[in-house]
Amino acid sequence: MPDLPFLPVLLWSDLLIWLLLFGALLLGWLSARNPLLCAAWQRVGRNRAGIASATLLLAFVVVGLLDSLHYRPRLENGSGPAAGGSVGSAPAYAVEVLSLLDELLAPLRTRHEKTYSEPLATRAHAKEAIEVRTPDGELRQVRDYPRLRHGGAHLGADEARHAADIGERVLHGLALALLAWWAVAAATAAGLARAEGGTPRAAWRRIWHGDSGFAWNALLAALAGLLLPAVPMALLAVDYHVFGTDKVGQDVLYQVLKSVRTALVIGLVTTLVMLPLSIFLGVVAGYFRGWVDDLIQYLYTTLSSIPGVLLIAAAVLMMQVLIDTHPQWFATAAERADLRLLALCFILGLTSWTGLCRLLRGETLKLRELEYIQAAQAFGVTDLRIIARHLLPNLMHIVIIALVMDFSSLVLAEAVLSYVGIGVDPTMISFGTMINNARLELAREPMVWWSLAAAFVFMFTLVLAANLLADAVRDAFDPRLAGSA
Amino acid sequence: MSREVAVREEGLLTVRELRIAFASGHALLPAVDGIDLCVAAGETLALLGESGCGKSATALALLRLLPAAGRIPGGEVWFAGRDLLRLPEAEMRAVRGGGMAMIFQEPATSLNPVLTVGHQLAEVLERHLSLAGQAVRQRALELLTAVGIADPERRLGEYPFQLSGGMKQRVMIAIALAGEPRLLIADEPTTALDVTIQAQILDLLRRLQAERAMGMLLITHDLGVVAQMATRVGVMYAGEIVEEAPRAAFFAAPRHPYTQKLFAALPDLARRGSRLETIPGQVPALSAMPAGCRFAARCAHAWALCRAQAPEWRQVAPGHRLRCHLDGGQGAAWLGGGVAVPVAGPAAEAPAVTPPLLAVDDLRVHFPIRRGILQRTVGHVRAVDGVSLELVRGRTLALVGESGCGKTTVGKAILQLIQPTGGSVQLLGQQLGERSRRALRPLRRRMQMIFQDPFASLNPRLSVGEIIAEGMRALGVAAPGQGGGAAIAAVLQQVGLPAQAAGRYPHEFSGGQRQRIAIARALAVQPDLVICDEPTSALDVSVQAQILNLLASLQAELGLAYLFITHNFAVVDHLAHEVAVMYLGRIVEQGRVDEVLRAPQHPYTRALLSAVPGPRLEAQPEFIRLPGEMPSPARPPGGCHFHPRCPQAIAACREAYPASSRLTPTHVVRCHLPGQEESALTVSGMKTPPCGGVTG
Amino acid sequence: MLVYLVRRLLYAVPILLGVNLITFALFFVVNTPDDMARMQLGVKRVTPAAIERWKAERGYDRPLFINLAASGSERFTDTIFFSKSARMFAGDFGRAEDGRDIAREIRTRMGPSLAIALPTFLLGLLVTVSFALLLTFFRASYLDVWGVVLCVALMSISGLFYIIGGQYLVSKLWKLVPISGYGGGLDAWKFVILPVLIGVASGIGSSTRWYRTIFLEEMARDYVRTARAKGLSEVGVLFRHVLRNALIPILTGVVVVIPLLFMGSLLSESFFGIPGLGSYTIDAINAQDFAVVRAMVFIGSLLYIIGLILTDLSYTFVDPRIRFN
Repeated sequence: MPDLPFLPVLLWSDLLIWLLLFGALLLGWLSARNPLLCAAWQRVGRNRAGIASATLLLAFVVVGLLDSLHYRPRLENGSGPAAGGSVGSAPAYAVEVLSLLDELLAPLRTRHEKTYSEPLATRAHAKEAIEVRTPDGELRQVRDYPRLRHGGAHLGADEARHAADIGERVLHGLALALLAWWAVAAATAAGLARAEGGTPRAAWRRIWHGDSGFAWNALLAALAGLLLPAVPMALLAVDYHVFGTDKVGQDVLYQVLKSVRTALVIGLVTTLVMLPLSIFLGVVAGYFRGWVDDLIQYLYTTLSSIPGVLLIAAAVLMMQVLIDTHPQWFATAAERADLRLLALCFILGLTSWTGLCRLLRGETLKLRELEYIQAAQAFGVTDLRIIARHLLPNLMHIVIIALVMDFSSLVLAEAVLSYVGIGVDPTMISFGTMINNARLELAREPMVWWSLAAAFVFMFTLVLAANLLADAVRDAFDPRLAGSA
Repeated sequence: MSREVAVREEGLLTVRELRIAFASGHALLPAVDGIDLCVAAGETLALLGESGCGKSATALALLRLLPAAGRIPGGEVWFAGRDLLRLPEAEMRAVRGGGMAMIFQEPATSLNPVLTVGHQLAEVLERHLSLAGQAVRQRALELLTAVGIADPERRLGEYPFQLSGGMKQRVMIAIALAGEPRLLIADEPTTALDVTIQAQILDLLRRLQAERAMGMLLITHDLGVVAQMATRVGVMYAGEIVEEAPRAAFFAAPRHPYTQKLFAALPDLARRGSRLETIPGQVPALSAMPAGCRFAARCAHAWALCRAQAPEWRQVAPGHRLRCHLDGGQGAAWLGGGVAVPVAGPAAEAPAVTPPLLAVDDLRVHFPIRRGILQRTVGHVRAVDGVSLELVRGRTLALVGESGCGKTTVGKAILQLIQPTGGSVQLLGQQLGERSRRALRPLRRRMQMIFQDPFASLNPRLSVGEIIAEGMRALGVAAPGQGGGAAIAAVLQQVGLPAQAAGRYPHEFSGGQRQRIAIARALAVQPDLVICDEPTSALDVSVQAQILNLLASLQAELGLAYLFITHNFAVVDHLAHEVAVMYLGRIVEQGRVDEVLRAPQHPYTRALLSAVPGPRLEAQPEFIRLPGEMPSPARPPGGCHFHPRCPQAIAACREAYPASSRLTPTHVVRCHLPGQEESALTVSGMKTPPCGGVTG
Repeated sequence: MLVYLVRRLLYAVPILLGVNLITFALFFVVNTPDDMARMQLGVKRVTPAAIERWKAERGYDRPLFINLAASGSERFTDTIFFSKSARMFAGDFGRAEDGRDIAREIRTRMGPSLAIALPTFLLGLLVTVSFALLLTFFRASYLDVWGVVLCVALMSISGLFYIIGGQYLVSKLWKLVPISGYGGGLDAWKFVILPVLIGVASGIGSSTRWYRTIFLEEMARDYVRTARAKGLSEVGVLFRHVLRNALIPILTGVVVVIPLLFMGSLLSESFFGIPGLGSYTIDAINAQDFAVVRAMVFIGSLLYIIGLILTDLSYTFVDPRIRFN
C-alpha cells in the first residue's frame, strides 16, 4: 500500500455505477436462464436500430466506466522535506481526484490555453496586444491573434502547413479506421462461419443481407460510424483542440467526454433509487389492496401533484443549504460535487417513482386475478413467495421498459436543471453546465459556437441512441407488441 | 365471359381457390389454402371447424377486412357479378354493409363504446340507403323492433354499456341488416352468449333470413348450431374445406374421417359412461403443412397414398363431396364402430353409504356495493345466496348455470379463495371457515382446483416442473430433491405427458396439453376433491374429449371427487353423477343426472335443456323460449328469482321464494309449480338433503 | 355523476393537506430556520441577534409543530406550521426577500405567462394531433416510418437547443423579431410569437409519438373492424370512431396541464426575458428566496389538483360510461 503510485478513491457514485454494472450482468445471467426473457433479448438482437444504438451506447458506457475509476496520484515529493523517499514518512497524495479517463486524456486535460480558441485553430479567437520582435531586433506591440500555447504548436513557425497537416491526419485517421473496421468485420464473419459452418464469404453475405439471427450488419455499421470520425479525431487531438477551447482555455473535447459520465450517473443511478421504491410500493398496493392500497395511492397522488420541476427545485435548494452550512462533511471538492450529484439523483428518483409505481400497481391488480395466482393461493403458498415467484417475474418487462425509457428523459432533464441552477455542482463538468456556460457567449461577435455544438452533437447522439434502444426494447418486451411485427 | 355467366347462375356468392396468408417477417404463412364455396340466396352455408382452421380469416377475407398482416395471394370472390378481390377500395366500401354485412363474435367489443346505438345504426343508413333526418330515425326504430328489442325509442339513445350481452348482439344484427344486405356473414355469432340467449339469437337469425331471403355464411365450431341453422355444411380443417354436404346428408352420414371423429368426440346422451372418441395429435402448424392429406397424421385410416398426395374433391352423392382418398365404404359405420368402450366407475350404480367428503351448508358470498360520496355500502351483490351441497368420494357433482349465476364463486368460496359471507364448508368433517391460513394448509392438500383458461392458469415464467413442484413444496408433499423429480415425472405420466415436459415452459404447449399440466399440478398434492371450473370450455371439441376422458379415468383410478362447474349440459351428462342447477346464486334443482336431465321439474332447468342445440337432426325437443336475460344479482326480483322469465309463473311466484320440495329421496326442486303439493315432502328451511351418498 | 364529482372534489382536500405537509417538511425541517437565516444573511453579517431579527421578521421565531409555551388550542395554532399553512390556504404568501408582496407579484405575472403558455398549448395540441392522425392514416407506410424516426430525433434534442437555435436563427441571423423582452398591448405578438413557435416545435416529437400510439391502439379494436364492415371510409373510421375513443386517454394527459399553464414555462420565459411566473421562479431559485419557491410549489400543486378535477369533469363529457354511472 505505501508504495502505491496512487491512492484509490471510491466515490459513492463510482460504487453505485459498478453496482449497476454488476446488476446488469446479473440480469443478463438471469435472462440467459429464462427462455422468455432470452427470446425477448433475441428480438432486441434482431432489431437493427436497437443494435446500432446499443453499440453506440456501449462506447459511451466505456467512457463513463473509465471515468469511474478514481484515484489520487502520489505527489512528486520534490519540494517536500521528505524528499529522497525517506522510509518512515507516508507518501503524500494530491488533493485532486483523477480518474483513469483523466490519465488517458492527460494531454487534453493539461494543455490549457489562455482563453477561447476555435476548433483546430493555431491562434486564439480574439486579438490581443502581442510583442513582436521586428527583423531589426526591436520589440513592437501589435494587435493580432496570438499563437496558441499548445494548439498546433508542433508546427512551429511553419504555420502555412496547418491545413495540409490537418488533411494528412484526417486521411491517415480514416485509413486507420477503415483498416480497424475491416479487421473487426472479417473477424466477425470468420467467427460466424466457424459457429454455423460454411465459408466466411457466405457468412459475410448473410451478415450483409441481415439473414443472421443477430443484427451483425447494424453492429458493424454503427462501429463504422463510430470509428470513422473517432480515429481521425484522436489523431488530431494529439496536437490540436478538436472542438476548440472555452473561456478559461480548457479543451472542449475533454469536457464533452467528462460530461458523459455525469449523464450516465444521472440517467442510471436515478433509476436505481426509483426502482426499489416503485416496485415495492406498486406491487404491495396492487397485491394487498385495501387500506395499504389506499395509503400508497394517497402517497403517490400527493407527491405527483407537486409539479416536478418545482419539487426538484425546492428539494435541491434545501440540499444546497444543507451542504453549504455543513462544509465540514466533505474532504475534497470532488467528494462534495459527487455527493451533490448523488443527492440530485436521489431527488430525481424520489420525485419520479410515482409514474412507474402507478403502472406496476395497475398491472399487479390485473395479474393477481389471473388463475395461476389463484392456483398458488389454493396451494397455500405464502404471499411473499407469490410476489417473488409469480408477480415480479411477470412485471419484469415493465420495469425494463421503464428503465430504458427513463434514461433519455433524465439525461435531458439534467441539462435543463443545471441551466436553471438546480442541477449538478457548478464545478462538475456536465452537458448542462457546458451549455449554461456557452450560452452566455453566443452574443459575442464573432460568435463562440463550438462548445454548444460539441455538447449538442454528443448529447444528441447519446439521447437518440438511448431512445432508439428504448424503442427496440419496448417492442421486444411488450407482450402486446411482441406478437405483431 | 362464359365463365362469368356461369358464376352468376351459381348463386349469390362464389369463392374460387381463395388463398389467405399472414406475413411474418419476410415469410408468408398460409392460413387458408385454396377453398371454394358458394352461397345461394336464402340458404345458409355453415362453415364448421376447430380454432385455427382458417374459418374466421375466410369470413374477413370475403369483405377484405383481414388484419394488417393478412394477405390474399390468390383466388376469386364473385359477388353480385363482380370479383370483389379486384374491386377498387372505394367500390368495395359500397359492398361492405350494403351487399354483404357481417356479425362478429364478441358483441361486447364490436360496438363502439362512446357512440349511441342510434348513431351507430344511422351511420349505415346514411351510408348505404342515403337516408337523412327523420327517415333515419324511423328506419332505425323499425330495425330495432325487427331484432326484437323492446322499447326501441329509449334504446336508440343508449350506449352499448347500458345493454345486456344478448341485446348488444341484437343491435349488432340490426346494424348488419340496416344496409339491406343480400348476404350475411355471421362469425360465431353466439359463442360468447349463454345457451338461452344463444337460442334466442339463432331463432332471430333464422326468422330474419327467411323474411329477407338473405344468403348466410355461418362460421361456427358448434355442431349443434350447425344442425339448427344450416342448409349446407362445409367442414374446414387446416386451411382447407375437406367435406361439403347438404345438412341432411351431413348429419345422416358424414364421410370424411375428420368429420366422423368430430361427431364421435362430442359428449352425448347416447354414450354416457363410455370413453369419448378423441383425435390424437394436433392440427399441423401453419409453417409446416404436410405434403399429402393434411389430416393423414391424425387419421386412423390413413395409408401410403394419404401421406404422399393431397386428395382431390370427390363427389359421393348429389351435393356431397369430400377430399379423401378412402373409399366411401366406412362412411356409414361412424356411430357404432367399437367406439363405446365402457369404463368402470361413473355409471349410475349407487355407492355404499359413506360420510360425505365435502359438505357445504347454506354458503353465502355477498359482495358489498359501495355508492355515494363516502362510498358507503348501500347493498350487496348476492353472488352466492344459500347454497348447500354434499359430495362423497369418487363421485362427480356438476354445478350448472349460465354466466353470472355464481357457480364459479361457489367453487372459490369452497377453496377459501374468496372469504364466504356466511354458511359453512366442511371437508372430511373439518370446518374450513374461520381457520388461519396456517391451519388451513393441511386441508388444502385435500382439495384442489382446475381452472377454465389454460393460458392464464400457468405462470409463463416458470417451467412445467417448477409449476408442479410449487404445490408439493408449499404443502410439504414430497421431499425436495430427487424424490421431487421422480414424483413430478410420475404425475406427468399420469396425465399423459412425457417426463421431459418438466424442463419446458408453458408457451411450448398447446391448449389441451396446458390443461393436462394444470391437472398434473392439482394431482401432485394427492387431493381427494378437485374443483373443475369449466376446464374444457376454452378447448376445441376433440381436445375437450381428451380432457374429459382423462378426468374420468383419473376418477376411476384414484377415487377423486369432482365438483364440476360448467354451463354445458352435454358434458354434465357424460361425466357427472349428480347435478345442481343454479340461478342467481341459488340452487333451483338438484338430483341424480338421470332425474334432472330426463325429468326436469324446474321451468328453468327445462328451458336450459331445451335451449341446448343437439348435434343431430332428430329428437330436437321443443325449444322453451325464455324472455329477457338473467337479472343482476345485486337486485334479484322479489319472490321466486326466476318468475319474471318463467313461462308458467303464478301469483305465488311473485310473493315468496319457494321452499325445497323433495320429489324423490335424491331429487329436490325449489319451485311453487310442480303439481306435487300432495306427494312432495316439503323440507323446511334451506338445508337440502345430501344428493350424493344416500341413494339405495 | 354529481356524486362522482363531489367525491373527486373531496378527495382533493387530503391531497392538498399532504402537499402542504411535504413542502413544510422540506422547507423547515430539513434545514432549521437558523440555517436558512445564516444562509440568507451571508457569512459576514451573521450574529445571533441578526438571526433572531431575520426570523422574527418572517414569523419563523416560533416552534415548528407544537408550542409548549402556549396553552389551549394555541399550542397548535401558535406554531410556524399552523400559521404558515393557514395563511397559505388563505392566499397570503407573505413577502419576498426584496420586500414585495408575493401574492400581488403572482397576480401581475400571470398575464405574460399565460400569453406564452396558452397559445403554445393550443397550437401544439393542434399540430401534434394532426401530425399523429396523419401518421396513423398512413400507418406502416414509408411516411409513417420516417415520421416516427423524425419524432424520435426531435425528442432527442434538449429543449435548451430549441431555444438557443431558434433565437439565433430567427432573431439574430434573420432579425425578424426581437431576441427577448416583453411589451403589453398589441405589440406583444412580436415578443410572443417566437417563444410560442419554439415551444410548439420542442413538443412535437414526444407528443406526436404518444398520440400515434394511442390512435394505433384504438385502431386495433374490434369496433373499428365493425365500422369498416359497415362500409365507412378510412377517414370516416378515423374521425368518427377512433378519435372519439382516443379522446379518453388523450384527455388524461392534456386536461391536467391546462391550469398549470398559469405557471408559464421556466425555460422560455427566462431565455426570452418575459416577466411571467416561470422567470419569477427561476429568479427566486437563483436568489434562494425560499418564501417565493414555497408559494410557487403550493400554487403549482393547487393548479395540478384543479387539473385533476377538470380531467374528471372532462371524462363525463366524452365517456358515457362515467356520465351515466
